[in-house]
Amino acid sequence: MSDIKNIFDISGRAMSAQLTRLNTVASNLANANNVSGSIDKAYKAIKPVFETKFADSLRQSGLASVDAVQIKEVNRLPEKVYMPEHPQANEEGFIFNAAVNVEEELVEMLEASRQYQNNIEVVSTLRNLMMRTINMGK
Amino acid sequence: MPSFTEHLGFHASALQLRSRRNEMLASNIANAATPNFKARDLDFDTELKRINKIGNIQTTNNSHFASIQKRIGKDSVFRLPIHPSLDGNTVEMAVEQMQFSENVMRYQTTLSFLNNKISGLRSAIKGE
Repeated sequence: MSDIKNIFDISGRAMSAQLTRLNTVASNLANANNVSGSIDKAYKAIKPVFETKFADSLRQSGLASVDAVQIKEVNRLPEKVYMPEHPQANEEGFIFNAAVNVEEELVEMLEASRQYQNNIEVVSTLRNLMMRTINMGK
Repeated sequence: MPSFTEHLGFHASALQLRSRRNEMLASNIANAATPNFKARDLDFDTELKRINKIGNIQTTNNSHFASIQKRIGKDSVFRLPIHPSLDGNTVEMAVEQMQFSENVMRYQTTLSFLNNKISGLRSAIKGE
């Protein structure tokens, strides 16, 4: 990955990390009502792991951005429901609901989108400042 | 006779510092959701004094006594959180946003000072 040099690197990376987060939320919500016949096949919520990415010249610049380094499954067991009439039920008559907490995902979605907006706001403010600086003395 | 750089000197270095501080605050805002990230900031006054060599006593020879006041150094300082969060992240959105908007405003102020100085120089050159 390239070095972090300016505001566009910082906020651009942060925005793509937040976008990854929004994508995982979308996947989780899309699969929230999935039902499966075994505990292994049941959908489990996924979450990105954020990590600070420091600039190579951190001592001089103090710049840091963020990367979504990996995506992990949340350690939560799918809900086991007794429903023998269900077509996907196993031999004992159980089905497994996806391990997704919808409320939690909605909160996550709001937070991610707010932070995405924050980054956009920072970029557009600083871009305006840059434009004014370019026109300095005119 | 002072040169152009000397004429603009103080504001030019202030503008550079403001721009650096803007980028550091942007880094903090970018890392608002990263566990264990420690928010950084620039001590503007100290840095400006250091760049313009005013304020604290400077030592110009190795055998001089160092000034009593310790310099924090060229590097940034860490922000002390008002409400520490459980994941070790010390970025507080409200604080960062306020600092950012203040810094942007001060950047614009410095920029208009510079503009005024330049237009002053220009009218002096033209003899208007």
